[in-house]
Amino acid sequence: MTFFFQNVVNALQWGSFYALIALGYSMVYSILMLFNFAHGDIFMVGAYIGLGVASVLTYLSAAGTIMLPSWLILVLTILIAMFLTSFVGILVERLGYRPLREAPRASAAITGLMIGIILETGNLALLGAKRRSFPSLIESTTYDLGGVFVTNKKILIVVVSIALMYALHLFISRTRWGMAMRAMAFDYVVVPLMGVSINTIARLTFAIGSALAAVAGIFFGIAYPVLDPYMGIVFGWKAFVAAILGGRGSIMGACLAGFLLGFIEIFVAMIFPSTLRDLIAYSIILLILVFRPHGFFGEPYSARLRL
Amino acid sequence: MNMQANTNEIPPKGGSLKRLTVRWFAGVPLIGMLLGMLAAVGLEHLAGYEIATLLGLPKIPVLFGFVIMLKKPLLIPSAVSYVLLIYALPVGIVALLTASLTNRLSAALYRLPLWVTVLIHLGLLYLGLHLWSDISAYRVLTLKLTLIAIMLTLSVNVINGYMGEFSCSHPGFMALGAYGASTITLFLFANDKLFGPALLPAALGPFVFPLALIAGGLVAAVGALAVAIPSFRTRGDYLAIISLAFLFIVKSMIENLEFVGGPRGMSSHPNYANLPTVFLWAVACVWIINNFVRSIMGKALNAVRDDEMAADAMTVDTRKTKTVAFLFGAFWAGVAGGLFAHVLRYVNPATFGLQKLAEILAMVYFGGLNSVYGSIVGAVSLSLLSEALRPLEIYKWILIPLLLILVMIFRPTGLIAFREFDVKKLVQPRSHPGDEV
Repeated sequence: MTFFFQNVVNALQWGSFYALIALGYSMVYSILMLFNFAHGDIFMVGAYIGLGVASVLTYLSAAGTIMLPSWLILVLTILIAMFLTSFVGILVERLGYRPLREAPRASAAITGLMIGIILETGNLALLGAKRRSFPSLIESTTYDLGGVFVTNKKILIVVVSIALMYALHLFISRTRWGMAMRAMAFDYVVVPLMGVSINTIARLTFAIGSALAAVAGIFFGIAYPVLDPYMGIVFGWKAFVAAILGGRGSIMGACLAGFLLGFIEIFVAMIFPSTLRDLIAYSIILLILVFRPHGFFGEPYSARLRL
Repeated sequence: MNMQANTNEIPPKGGSLKRLTVRWFAGVPLIGMLLGMLAAVGLEHLAGYEIATLLGLPKIPVLFGFVIMLKKPLLIPSAVSYVLLIYALPVGIVALLTASLTNRLSAALYRLPLWVTVLIHLGLLYLGLHLWSDISAYRVLTLKLTLIAIMLTLSVNVINGYMGEFSCSHPGFMALGAYGASTITLFLFANDKLFGPALLPAALGPFVFPLALIAGGLVAAVGALAVAIPSFRTRGDYLAIISLAFLFIVKSMIENLEFVGGPRGMSSHPNYANLPTVFLWAVACVWIINNFVRSIMGKALNAVRDDEMAADAMTVDTRKTKTVAFLFGAFWAGVAGGLFAHVLRYVNPATFGLQKLAEILAMVYFGGLNSVYGSIVGAVSLSLLSEALRPLEIYKWILIPLLLILVMIFRPTGLIAFREFDVKKLVQPRSHPGDEV
């Protein structure tokens, strides 16, 4: 029984990575109707930016220039990395996707794929092939809850991820910019007629999505402290699966699907030999799609104005 | 009677140099260009090494001098002059000088049945390629891999271009074909650890090899049912993740099948994939796929892409169309995979992952959707670029994606999209530039 709950805790943590990245995919997809295949690599860039910021802050703190308690370093790392990675996202949008706004969606998808490759190779060229280790920013303490061992890192990751998702939900449903984004997801053509520029909303969408991916990257660095330039590829494609599984146009669906994918992977590895993990997990996903082809909360394919 | 055949009535776009070149070569039929190519290759055989040493190059440049130009920039003038002297000049001179003769020859051949004309052209093309690649084993390998890339790109274009889906499952089809063909070949003809001693005499090998490839293709086609059947109810984005899930499933399945070697793969393939075999399969693929997409079924594919509901209303059987398209595309991807395994003489599941997917999608979208020309151009250019830019090492993977992004921005559907490949028009004689239509 404790084994089961232990795996539930692991699955919550693993799923929150997928959920945060899938959120970025789903937002860009609902609002701008395109797949940003570079998103997995933005997750990687966010992790490396977090690495850089954390290293600088720990160095300054250790050298005595600024005295910062380690929890403050963590908070600052997250905030600064979110801020910087959102600029990376905006740059990707400006250079790669804006010229292709009128083009068929498959071309934009390929562009995204290529931008992802450029990000990976750029990282490899700039920082070399050696894997980097993320500095440990919080001391790990383990709590024993009736046989289930939970580290404070896992609690932090899951709690902050859910808090961020809730904050995003509030932003989209309660603020004016959120209303503009929902309007654009509903009807792409009319929004500029109402005085809201598509470019601004596109930038905002990419910025928020990239910031969330950066948080996922830093948390991944905290949980599994080894970073390498190709870590974003597998996460990117799997989070893409989760985003679509959640349904076209539904951000909460992407969240749920991300957690579900995490649960499926961890529990399949728990029950079956772990080499069969991908095989069984993706067969389950295939079956879900056969019986529910439009994802969990998605609308059926219909003729929309922008298509 | 075909001497007055129409040349380009519409003047081509582009700068004056391009216009001049096109006008000069407009009157040269295909057989003239092939003879020019033969002259160039023959010249390289006879005098290539001498001319190279004369120009100061260490040896004959293997891939049109790109590698030499990138490694030793001082030799750029020599490499460029080599290419001009050995390739451009003979082709140009022979093609232009013999234009009237070759036009008459082409007209004579045109009167024969089409298949005879095409066979003669193909024979000349193969002769040229064979002589060109005789110089070094590196050229043979590059040529074989390029021909396989052409087959693969065509098979992807059937599904992604003609039917408009975004299918990420082709590395999976390739893997199924590679493993299917390899299992048969290794089981029957090779002494290896996995399957024990060879069962049939080695002389039968080259005759069973095509059957093994077809069997691999059929395995891939059966696997394609896993993607085709869900495609009846879903389209577009959902089909993309179904095909992606299929890719992960196939890769994971092969990694777990110990009897085909698991993650370690299989090796010691017999050497059946020589240049004539690969060339013949590539030609067969181009011919069959071209016929398929020009047939009624091909038009049905386009109809399903453009508007599925309207197609359904106009009595197109959308289910049958989708099934046929997926199975057909997967078959050729499987055959290409089988050839790939036998060219490298090693196959393992890691080759058929997300990186292969990115390469395949790049070739299709770079060359052009919905076009046989486009697939050939995309496959050839990206394969050659990938080889030629090797000295740049890691920066190759910044340059090639950048090039692709530029093509996507300026020509979103690819370089040569939506152009028909008409064999009859390809081999017809062009009138001499002096004649007026």
